[in-house]
Amino acid sequence: MSVDRSRLPSPGPEPDLRFPEIAKRTLPNGLRVWTVEHRGLPVVTLMALVPAGASSDPFERPGLAALTGDMLDEGAGGRSALELQEALARIGASLDTEVGPDATLLALAMLSRFTDRGLALLADILARPALDEREFTRLRELRVNRLVQLRDVPPSLADRAFSRLLFGPHPYAHLPMGTEASLGAMRHDEVCAFHRRAYDPQRTTLVAVGDARHDELFQSVADAFDSWPAGSAAEGDLTAPSRVAPAVGSRVAIVARPGAPQSELRIGQVGAERRTPDYHALLVLNAILGGQFVSRINMKLRQQRGYTYGARTAFDFRRMPGPFLLQTSVETQVTAAAVSDAFNEFHAIRDARPATAEEVALARASLTRGFPRGFETPEQVARALAQLVLYDLPDDSFEQFVPRVNATSEDEVTRVANAYLRPSEMVTVVVGDPDVVAPALQSEGFPEPQLVTVE
Amino acid sequence: MDIAFTRRVLDNGLNVIVHEDHRCPIVAVNIWYHVGSKNEQPGHTGLAHLFEHLMFEGSEHYDRGYFQPLQEAGALINGSTNADRTNYWEVVPANALEIALWMDSDRMGYLLPALTQAKFDNQREVVLNERRQNYENRPYGLAPAVILGALFPADHPYHWLSIGVPADLCATSLEQVRQFFETYYHPRNASLAFAGDIEQARALELARRYFGDICPGPEVAPVRPASVHLASEVRLLLEDRVELPRLYISWHTPGLFRRDDAEMDLLADVLTSGKSSRLYRALVYEQRIATEVAAIQNSREVAGFFQVIATAAPGRTLNDLRRAIDEQLARLVAEGPTTDELERAQVQFEAQFVFGLQNVGGFGGKSDQLNAYNVFLGDPGWFARDLARYRRATREGLRAAAARYLKEAERVIASVVPRGRPELAVSDSTPVVPS
Repeated sequence: MSVDRSRLPSPGPEPDLRFPEIAKRTLPNGLRVWTVEHRGLPVVTLMALVPAGASSDPFERPGLAALTGDMLDEGAGGRSALELQEALARIGASLDTEVGPDATLLALAMLSRFTDRGLALLADILARPALDEREFTRLRELRVNRLVQLRDVPPSLADRAFSRLLFGPHPYAHLPMGTEASLGAMRHDEVCAFHRRAYDPQRTTLVAVGDARHDELFQSVADAFDSWPAGSAAEGDLTAPSRVAPAVGSRVAIVARPGAPQSELRIGQVGAERRTPDYHALLVLNAILGGQFVSRINMKLRQQRGYTYGARTAFDFRRMPGPFLLQTSVETQVTAAAVSDAFNEFHAIRDARPATAEEVALARASLTRGFPRGFETPEQVARALAQLVLYDLPDDSFEQFVPRVNATSEDEVTRVANAYLRPSEMVTVVVGDPDVVAPALQSEGFPEPQLVTVE
Repeated sequence: MDIAFTRRVLDNGLNVIVHEDHRCPIVAVNIWYHVGSKNEQPGHTGLAHLFEHLMFEGSEHYDRGYFQPLQEAGALINGSTNADRTNYWEVVPANALEIALWMDSDRMGYLLPALTQAKFDNQREVVLNERRQNYENRPYGLAPAVILGALFPADHPYHWLSIGVPADLCATSLEQVRQFFETYYHPRNASLAFAGDIEQARALELARRYFGDICPGPEVAPVRPASVHLASEVRLLLEDRVELPRLYISWHTPGLFRRDDAEMDLLADVLTSGKSSRLYRALVYEQRIATEVAAIQNSREVAGFFQVIATAAPGRTLNDLRRAIDEQLARLVAEGPTTDELERAQVQFEAQFVFGLQNVGGFGGKSDQLNAYNVFLGDPGWFARDLARYRRATREGLRAAAARYLKEAERVIASVVPRGRPELAVSDSTPVVPS
C-alpha cells in the first residue's frame, strides 16, 4: 500500500489512560508513606517531601533552607561525610536534594537489589544528620564561591533581579540559593535550629515507586523509618504566611553587562497558585501564548524575526501565587524590538487577537495527548505524587486532568487572559549592554530603565 | 541486561530496529543519520547542525513547520547534532505513530523541493543566536573551541565545534545545503528505531510503507583521519568575563568502544565522582583550593579525549590546581585505584546504565541507544556487551590506561582567567583569541 502524501494521517482512537494506583499508610511516628508498584526494570525511586523551602527562610537569612538541605548528607547516622558518600556510591545511588520555594525534596534512585540499604541511608540523612560545624563552614564557603561565579551567568542574574523586583518583601523575592551577604552571616546553630523545626516525620511524606509490591515497599520503608522520633509539630506552620505580593506598576530594569552580545530577558508579573480553579484554563492560555514551540511568542521572536534561539512563557504555580514570566535571550541590537513584540502579544491575546478555536483545540490536544508520557518512569511517577502532596491536591487529579483541559473554551481562555495577564503591572529585566539597550527601550516608548545590581 | 529487538534492512538500505515495551501507551521514533560536524570541511563548519534546523521547517508534502502537527498529536519532538551523528526523535501517543512516520519519511525523501533561501536565512539567524547564547555570552563558553583547536590539527574533523564558526555560517550557500542533503540524508545512511507500545510486525510493516520507496542515495565514505599525537605539552591562556579562573587539561584517548575506553570512563569516576573521589576530595574537600572539579572521557567515533576541569577557589591560581591534580594523577598512575574504588565506579556505572533505559525515547533512551550501537558497531543488541566492558575492568587495567594516556608531556592545558588577570594562569601559557 503506498502512502497518501496529500494529507497527514489521522490519529487512531485514543489509548486508555492508566494512572498509578497509590497505596497510602502512616507510620506511628506520623510519617506518611505512599507507594506505587512500577515494574519492568530493577529500579526503585524514593522521594522524601519536606514542606519547608526557601519561602520558610527567615527574612534576614535567605538561603537557610537550602544550606540546611545541603548539610543533610555531610555525615549522618554515625558516618562521616566521606563515609556516607562512599556508602551511597557503593550501591550506585546518588542523592539529589532540591530546595524549591515551597519544599525540600530528597530523591534517591537505586537498583532494586539495594532498596533496603538505600532506605537506611536516606533515613539517616533525614533523621540523623551530623550537621557538623566544620562541614558547615566548608559548605558555606563553597556556596558563597558558587554565588561569586554566578555573577557572570546572565540567566542567573536575570532570575535573581526579576524575583526581587517582582516580589519585594514577599517570601518569594529571593531564590533558594540566598545571597553572598546572607550566607556570609549565617551561623551553624541556625542550620541546626532550622533542621529541628522543619524535619519532622509528622510533616514529611515518603514516596516509594519501583519494582516491588506495595507491602514490600511499605515494610522496607517502615523498617528504615520507624525509629525517627516525632518532633513537636506544635511549633507551628513553617510555610510562609499566604500573602499576595504587592501589585506594582510596570517597571523596566537593566543589570549592566557592557559589551554583551545578547540580552537575557525576563518579563512578567505575579501569576497564580497551584490550587487555583483556573489552573487548567491557564495551562491552555500559556500553551497558546508561549508554552510551546508553536506558541505565538516563539513563532514571532524565533521563527518570524530570527531574534533568538527560543522564547518561552510559563506560569510557575506554587503554594502561593508564583510568577508568570517570559524568558528568552536575544541579540543585543534587537532587544527593544523583542520586548515590544512580547508586550504586543500580551495585549493582543486579551482583546485584539483573542485565542481562536483552532489555537484552543491545538493547545488542548497537545496538553491532553501528551499527558500519559509523564508517567513512564518511577521517577516521573514519584514526582507526580510529590505534587499531590505539596499542593494538597485530590487523588483523582490525574484522572481529572484530561476532562478539565478539554472543558476549556475559547471564552474561558480569553477570560483568564484578561484576569491574569496584566501588562501594566509587568516587570521587565534585561541583563545586557545598557549603552545600547537603554536608549533603544526609551525610543520604543518604555519608561526609563532603572539600573540595578544583584546582591 | 538485554533489550529484545528485531532488525531488518529495507531494500533501499534503511536499517529498521524495533523494541517492544507496552508499559506506557507511547512509542518512541528515533532516526540517526550517520553524519555530523566531522563530515564537514575546514572553512565550511557548522553546516551539519544548521542543516538539522532546516529539517524542522517543512518538506514537499507538508511545507510548514514540523512542530505543529506533532505537538497537536501530543508528541515530544527534538533533534541534535554532534561531531559523529545527527538524531531526530519523537515520542508519540501510540495512536499517533503514523503522523510521525509520515513526516519523518517526507523529510528524508522530499526535503529539497521545500527548501528556500528565506527559511535558510531565518534559521541561520537562529543558529547565530544559539551560538551567542550557549557559547559567546556564557562564562567559559569559548574554552571548548580553543581546546579542540589545539588538540586536533586544522584538517582533523574534530578540530572545530559542531555549532561552527560564524564566518563559515555566513558564507554557506543554499547550494551547499542541497549538496549536503543529497550526500548524507537518505536511507543508506540512516537508522530508524522504534521503542514502545507497538507490535514488531506492525512497526516493520509501517516502516516499509512509509520509507520503502525512498531512493537509497550514494554510499558515504567513512571518515578516517590519521591518528593524532601531541609532540609536547601545549599551554594556552584565554581571558574571559569570569570571576574565578578555570583550568582545563586535555589528553588524547581511544575513541568510543575502543580498547581502554571503558577504563578511561571508570578513571573519570574514580577521580571526580562524589565527595570521596580522589580529585574532589583532595582539591575541594581537603585543600579547598578548588570550588569544583570534573573529569570526563569524551568518547567519539574516530578518537577520544579525556579532560580534567577544575575551577579555582578565590585567591588560588591555576598553577596551584595543576600541581595538586598532577600529584593525584601521579599516585593513580603509580598505584592504580583500590579495589573499593573500582567496585564503586563499576556499580555506579551499572546503575546509570540501567537508569538510562527507563525511557523508551529521548536523548539516551532505549531507542537512541539501539541506534547508537547499530550505527557505530553494526549491532543494536550490544547492551550486555557494553556493560561487560565495565564489569571486567581491573585495577591494573585502569592503572595502565592512566599511565598510557595521561602523560604530562602530551596534553593541552587551557587556562581561562578573568580579564586583565593573566597572572592567575598556568605559567608560560600563550594567549589565544577564539574565533
